[in-house]
Amino acid sequence: MERLTGLVAALRDHAFGIGTGETVDAGHALEAVGFTDRERVREALAATLLHGERQRPVFDRVFDLYFPLGGDGDGDSSGDRTAPDGTAAGLAELRERLAAALTADDGAALALLAAEAVGGFGGYGSGPETDGWSSYRTLSRLRPETLLARVREALRSEEPEFADRLLDDEIRRRIEAFRERVRTEARRRVAERQGRDRVARRAVAGTADGVDFLLAGRAQLDDLRRTVRPLARKLATRLAARRRRAARGEIDLRRTLRRSLSTGGVPVRPVLRRRRPGRPELVLLCDVSGSVAGFAQFTMLLVQALHDQFSRVRVFAFVNRVDEVTGLIARGAADPAGLGDRILAEAELTGWHGQSDYGTALGEFADRYAEAVGPRTVLFVLGDARTNRADPNLAALKRVADRARRVHWLNPEQPSLWGTGDSEAPAYAEIVDMRPCRNARQLGALIGRLLPV
Amino acid sequence: MTTGFFSSVDDVAERLAATGYLASRAVATTVFLADRLGKPLLVEGPAGVGKTELAKAVTEVTGARLVRLQCYEGVDESRALYEWNHAKQLLRITAGRGESWDETRTDIFSEEFLLARPLLTAIRSEEPTVLLVDETDKADIEVEGLLLEVLSDFQVTVPELGTIAATRRPFVVLTSNASRELSEALRRRCLFLHIGFPEEELERRIVTRRVPGLDAALAASVVRVVGALRAMDLRKAPSVSETIDWARTLLALGADRLDEGVVRDSLGVLLKHQEDIVRAAAKLDLDAV
Repeated sequence: MERLTGLVAALRDHAFGIGTGETVDAGHALEAVGFTDRERVREALAATLLHGERQRPVFDRVFDLYFPLGGDGDGDSSGDRTAPDGTAAGLAELRERLAAALTADDGAALALLAAEAVGGFGGYGSGPETDGWSSYRTLSRLRPETLLARVREALRSEEPEFADRLLDDEIRRRIEAFRERVRTEARRRVAERQGRDRVARRAVAGTADGVDFLLAGRAQLDDLRRTVRPLARKLATRLAARRRRAARGEIDLRRTLRRSLSTGGVPVRPVLRRRRPGRPELVLLCDVSGSVAGFAQFTMLLVQALHDQFSRVRVFAFVNRVDEVTGLIARGAADPAGLGDRILAEAELTGWHGQSDYGTALGEFADRYAEAVGPRTVLFVLGDARTNRADPNLAALKRVADRARRVHWLNPEQPSLWGTGDSEAPAYAEIVDMRPCRNARQLGALIGRLLPV
Repeated sequence: MTTGFFSSVDDVAERLAATGYLASRAVATTVFLADRLGKPLLVEGPAGVGKTELAKAVTEVTGARLVRLQCYEGVDESRALYEWNHAKQLLRITAGRGESWDETRTDIFSEEFLLARPLLTAIRSEEPTVLLVDETDKADIEVEGLLLEVLSDFQVTVPELGTIAATRRPFVVLTSNASRELSEALRRRCLFLHIGFPEEELERRIVTRRVPGLDAALAASVVRVVGALRAMDLRKAPSVSETIDWARTLLALGADRLDEGVVRDSLGVLLKHQEDIVRAAAKLDLDAV
């Protein structure tokens, strides 16, 4: 019971909306399935506590902490049956068995091996009480990826089959799964030592949409990219609903009163304000230099997915020169992963140095693409406003802002950093509306709020 | 309040398997819980992994009656819940000349003139019932509001008649492809189950089960190739139903093993976009398609 509430509390810390009702349901569910089968307990809790598949990875990790393998979390880390002694011979022997398990794709054996490996090779520190467990140490000594050739050799059938050309990828996936097991195991052991609650809060990575754009690694960016489509769908429904409501119109008080004159001042027939026809135009101006490329790329993908919500979308990218990249992100041009590279390769974005220069870029944008911004345009500027000490060229931004219907600047840095170092954010923020936008969740909320109907 | 169809998780798995639906552990556990806790089950996942099949299989093993509400854009109260049979009401009014208006009025809003649509049918049903609300995400947001009352209290309010509560709780399955976010309120009332692509071993069993006569080794290769395709970044990854289609195709072609030519010719069964086909062909080292 206590463990269940602990788990729920940890999940709430990760911004899962879990009400008391769900916790009660989870209790009932546990009662119904019993505690004998750990995986059943996992599924039962997932069914009652989760509201979406995207929460699952975080849930699984937290679950592993609160309901560890090997029964009741009795601190079995010290009593491994075959704890290898960390010697070279032990290592070789473990690798041998790992290769066999990978060949057979035997999940149970792999789980056991992960536990042994962390026990034998992941410990650091001197005394038994002061040490910790590191998946990094385990993996760098075990190096499971080097087993690829051996496993392939063992698996290759006499007669080469068609499916065998997939073998390498399959083995790589198995190895990656094993590495994940090792990471889980190391986390579990650390948790035993430091108390679950602390680890659950800190060590478990959040859902993809909470990852900071500026800190995201490559894998996390891939993850983020997969959130684009659902996010875009969500925004599209919201926008469509808003538009429907707007189409119904508001009451035009002045004209209603005028018409009511014929009925003696009783407003019998209300007059609705007529809706302004047409959808808004959207222009994106993105800094795609190294530091903020992930953010800009993600936003571009999002806008691309939303593109049928606008009458026209144009996208411009810059580092220190501006070029239009609308064509490059056009619909159907798949391969979102290569988008950034493609933009850098095909568009003319850099002059004679590779650092971003907002002043020059804004100036060039205002001169060359003035026709892109008009009274129906909403302009989004994406970037951290770090000009590398160059002239910020506030006048150019002012000129653009005067022409546009609205300008929003989304800054992936947190507001406390604005104005530090070479950041010109406060100066720009005086001209246009600047908002922090650090992760996909914020971006989704912002875009939903800022986009015009 | 339980629906009382199953006695244990294993019972679910075994009985579903008997109809040909091989359930993963997650599926069996969640179905059991939905039954035991008497809560609706929201099933999400990509198209073709067997969400609707699950509801049908549950219906089959329990001998229940299947009531299905297929959602679409524009489905409304009168399609989902009930409506009044206006034609019959008119006939009744004409037939009953001479009686007072009050008599007529009470009479034409009675059970006899009520046309029950799926939700009301399932609520009123005396026999064991499985209510399938298919593709919930396709319906407008207003319908979700309608579902809320039905699913949390298992009752329907008809203004002229009063509240009709379920005497026997139906087993409710809602499916969704997540093409629209369902509301938190709806999710809160349901148990959540995500059916993803099955594990290799399970999928192999499903394929052999569904396509009898397929060589075991060929089935294994089929599943491996499909698994590899899913790992690629495709617009539409092949689903279980496509795996089964492909296996049937191969059987019909008389192929006893996979080779380059066979795969190239039948890739269209698995992949539904030309760019996916091109990409997969490149990855699988097929000659130009």
